[in-house]
Amino acid sequence: MRNLLVFFSKYNAFFLFLLFEILSLVIYINYNSFQKASFINSSNEITGNIYTRINEFYSYLSLKEVNDSLATENARLRNKLKSSFYVDTIAKHKVNDTVFKQQYEYIVARVVNNSINKVNNYITINKGSKYGIKKGLGVICSSGIVGKVVNVSEDFSIVQSLLHKDSQFSAMLADNKEIGYIEWGDDLDPKKAVLKEVSNNALPKLGESVVTSGYSLFPAGIPIGKIINLHTKTGGYALNMEVALSVEFSKLQYVNVVVNKLADKQMGLEAQQKKNE
Amino acid sequence: MNRALIINVLRFFLLIFLQVFLLKNITVYNLSVPYFYILFILLLPFETNNFVLFLLSFLIGITIDAFYDSPGLHASSCVLLAFVRIIFINLTVHKEGFDNEPEPSLSLMGIRWFFTYVLVLTFAHHFILFTLESFSFSKLPYTLSRLFFSWIFTVFLILLSGFLFFRSKDRK
Repeated sequence: MRNLLVFFSKYNAFFLFLLFEILSLVIYINYNSFQKASFINSSNEITGNIYTRINEFYSYLSLKEVNDSLATENARLRNKLKSSFYVDTIAKHKVNDTVFKQQYEYIVARVVNNSINKVNNYITINKGSKYGIKKGLGVICSSGIVGKVVNVSEDFSIVQSLLHKDSQFSAMLADNKEIGYIEWGDDLDPKKAVLKEVSNNALPKLGESVVTSGYSLFPAGIPIGKIINLHTKTGGYALNMEVALSVEFSKLQYVNVVVNKLADKQMGLEAQQKKNE
Repeated sequence: MNRALIINVLRFFLLIFLQVFLLKNITVYNLSVPYFYILFILLLPFETNNFVLFLLSFLIGITIDAFYDSPGLHASSCVLLAFVRIIFINLTVHKEGFDNEPEPSLSLMGIRWFFTYVLVLTFAHHFILFTLESFSFSKLPYTLSRLFFSWIFTVFLILLSGFLFFRSKDRK
């Protein structure tokens, strides 16, 4: 017994090392399912608030770019207004339009923490469950798709960015509507992604736009990027191509969280179908 | 003793602040990411109790993790770093010689010892950090080049800070 104690005290560094290393590895492995260890991250009150303060300071530095992007978006939206079209018939009658009902709703939020240089990148935004944000909603910004919400606290949410090794979104070629899916490339370049599993019949061209397909969390036609390389190495039975992303992830300031009002109905129907089979 | 305590507490907060709000945004060609905060563990006094050393390493690692959204990743690399530090110091330093100013700093230990010390310890930390982060062999060349360039960047910053706070009266 005494020999055992002597042994332990002689090599105490090694045993302490084992103790702490196993503790931190357990935390790390649990983190793979992100929600389990959700108390050590940037959506908790302390780190979230510090990030908000610092971000208020940072946001002054890029005011000009934010203004420019808002102005262009305003102009684009104004082009779609009814008042910017003229009516070329004389007959006027009022129609109670029941064809259009709002399916997508957008919640604007500010980015308070962002990273692009890791293997798994997350973005923290300053709106949470208080504003109706839920796990699994899509996130876009004025120039394209950003990611999806993976964790929500009362005041903050964490968004798993497109620059994440587990991120995959349904996408299509803008011209001939061929479906594929988009994910981040292997070389971890924050400006590029890979469009995969496009059918061999498609004839993609360099510079063609890639947009969302409407099969995932986003409305159809949200821009993703442009094709810059048709021949990537990791080809299988389908076409793979490299896409230059339209969103500059390093300069994200404001994002919109997309709430799909029909999602519950669709999920319910699909779940029922699965049960029937 | 008291003075060393205050200095180390200040260093703890200052390095975390620097790492999270300045260095986190710095990347060179998406390859080189500095992890300067490990300087805190490198500069803890020689006579720090092993348990306290591991506890502090774990603490600074988990704090950085909280800001980086990677629970356990930095903590495990910092704990390994502490272990390598104990081995390295046991092999190379006779503790009796440094009674009054017992800190492994550049000004006290001289450039040759300090350079090797930083080189070995930083490599141990970065090696675990990058292998755990990528967790696969598929991107091995990329991970290794990230490891190499980040290693150089961190060592450079630590040496720079060593020269910046060089006090010549420490030298005996």
